[in-house]
Amino acid sequence: MNILVCISRVPDTTTRILVGKDGISMDSQGVKFIVNPYDEYAIEEGLRLREKNGGTVTAICVGPDTAKEQLRTALAMGVDRAVLVKTDKYFDSYFVAKNIAEVAKELNPDIIFLGRQSIDFDSFQLPSYLAELLDLPSISVVSKLTIEANKVTAERDIEGGKEIVETSIPCIISAQKGLNEPRYPKLPDIMKAKSKPIDEKTPIETDTKVSVIGMEIPSRKRIGKILSDSDSDIEEIIKSLHEEAKII
Amino acid sequence: MSKILLFLEPLKDGLKRTSYEVITAGRNLLDKSKNSSEPFDSMIGILINGTESQANTAKDYGLSNIILTNVSNLSGYSSTAYAEIIKDAAKENDATLLLFSGNATGLELAPRVAAKFEAGYTSDCVGLDIINDEIVAKKPVYAGKAQISIKINSDVKVFSLRPNVFTSVMAEAPDLNIQNKNLQIDDKFCKVIVKNVVKNEGKLDVLEADIIVSGGRGIKGPENYNLIENLASAFGGAVGASRAVVDAGWRPHSEQVGQTGKTVSPTLYVACGISGAVQHLAGMSSSKFILAINKDKDAPIFKVADYGIIGDIFEVLPKLTEKVKKFTGK
Repeated sequence: MNILVCISRVPDTTTRILVGKDGISMDSQGVKFIVNPYDEYAIEEGLRLREKNGGTVTAICVGPDTAKEQLRTALAMGVDRAVLVKTDKYFDSYFVAKNIAEVAKELNPDIIFLGRQSIDFDSFQLPSYLAELLDLPSISVVSKLTIEANKVTAERDIEGGKEIVETSIPCIISAQKGLNEPRYPKLPDIMKAKSKPIDEKTPIETDTKVSVIGMEIPSRKRIGKILSDSDSDIEEIIKSLHEEAKII
Repeated sequence: MSKILLFLEPLKDGLKRTSYEVITAGRNLLDKSKNSSEPFDSMIGILINGTESQANTAKDYGLSNIILTNVSNLSGYSSTAYAEIIKDAAKENDATLLLFSGNATGLELAPRVAAKFEAGYTSDCVGLDIINDEIVAKKPVYAGKAQISIKINSDVKVFSLRPNVFTSVMAEAPDLNIQNKNLQIDDKFCKVIVKNVVKNEGKLDVLEADIIVSGGRGIKGPENYNLIENLASAFGGAVGASRAVVDAGWRPHSEQVGQTGKTVSPTLYVACGISGAVQHLAGMSSSKFILAINKDKDAPIFKVADYGIIGDIFEVLPKLTEKVKKFTGK
């Protein structure tokens, strides 16, 4: 099986976000970057599929030279090949989708895995957009996946339940937490990954489809009525829920 | 002049609540565009495999045109088929602004439709405005730790709206014109199909609830979760959980609120024994009101709370539950 896994480089979940000098992007000074947590489920699912059916897992990332770090994590987990579409410029999701589509057309994978969302822009966008560019079926936010011959059955999380969705290979799947338990790379594999080759590609240029024109740290004014656990204080809170919040 | 196309979803006797939110947001943009150099002509809804009586409910929110598309050869929901139908409807009606709800269906479907036009798309918007003749969306990024203002440069613009943020407002339309359309869709667009929908039995989902009561590590074990459930029931709300509680296996992942769980915007969020790690705040900080209960007065959750009770949840929760019941007469 020919498996492609798309990964992205994102700030660690504990990062305190500050707005950069340009006023439209994050100040990345001192920020630790990681493999997007949802992409770990995507990598793991790709590896398990290879272990069952044989084949090759290729990891691809669109980003700066430093994104090799994230590709090396994927190599340490066990992917066979890593591709970096290298760019130092600002780019939008359309650029990522077009460039991954270019590589996918060459590679012709049976299945493409992604995380359900990147935890930087939280767009949930790439799986569907890429699928359309490649004219492939896709299923997003998958928490259980069964593949038998060419038939794909997936459980997809929706409000208040699950959809049972069917499609066939080739297809695109975006991974939800719960799909599997991603493996931790072992130290010898981390060491070996450091010297493995990473295939660098020059991106194709695209129109900028969206422009960020401002970034701010939201500061919601909260009422901040913090009281004790006495009976009268609890009653005071209930009164506020009724009179101010009008919820009861 | 071009139009605004609204993707509407049927539910029971009417439409999903999020669809009325989409109509209201569309109406606001239509009104605001009247003062811009390129005003929109009108807005039109599309309802696929719904009924006339469901479509009729859109009139109460000020919509006067709906395309009611009946696809005879679809056995279930298909994102690929729906995307093709919506693209055709947008082209036929000269729609350049397409609005979806950012619910599970919209988040999957909207980017597919955008890609058909190779258009720019912005998901999960919490604000939409027209500034200097341009549509500017506000969207949380980095799990809500920051918010961006963003505009789309392509001619066709696609947005999805975070549920429960755009309040639906009723407004009578002069007349609702329903345009019935029957079609068969080519099999090549039906490669993905929903075979079945399994509902979580008898449980209100955090994504659909107006009030959510969540427990954190402070609840100490799954055997104590009835305290959370009882308060949720007194409020008529849903039960949520922090990541610590889900990772410990005390509660299912479907209840998890936070960066690797669900992002919710209920009217009231009650955090019980949750310290307020940045990853948890990411999932609930757009709630309209927040009530925190924690014995640690320095817990970060109190910094984002509208109301707080400093106390042991094992003592506070039963008291609060009784008092809420008494107050609401349940």
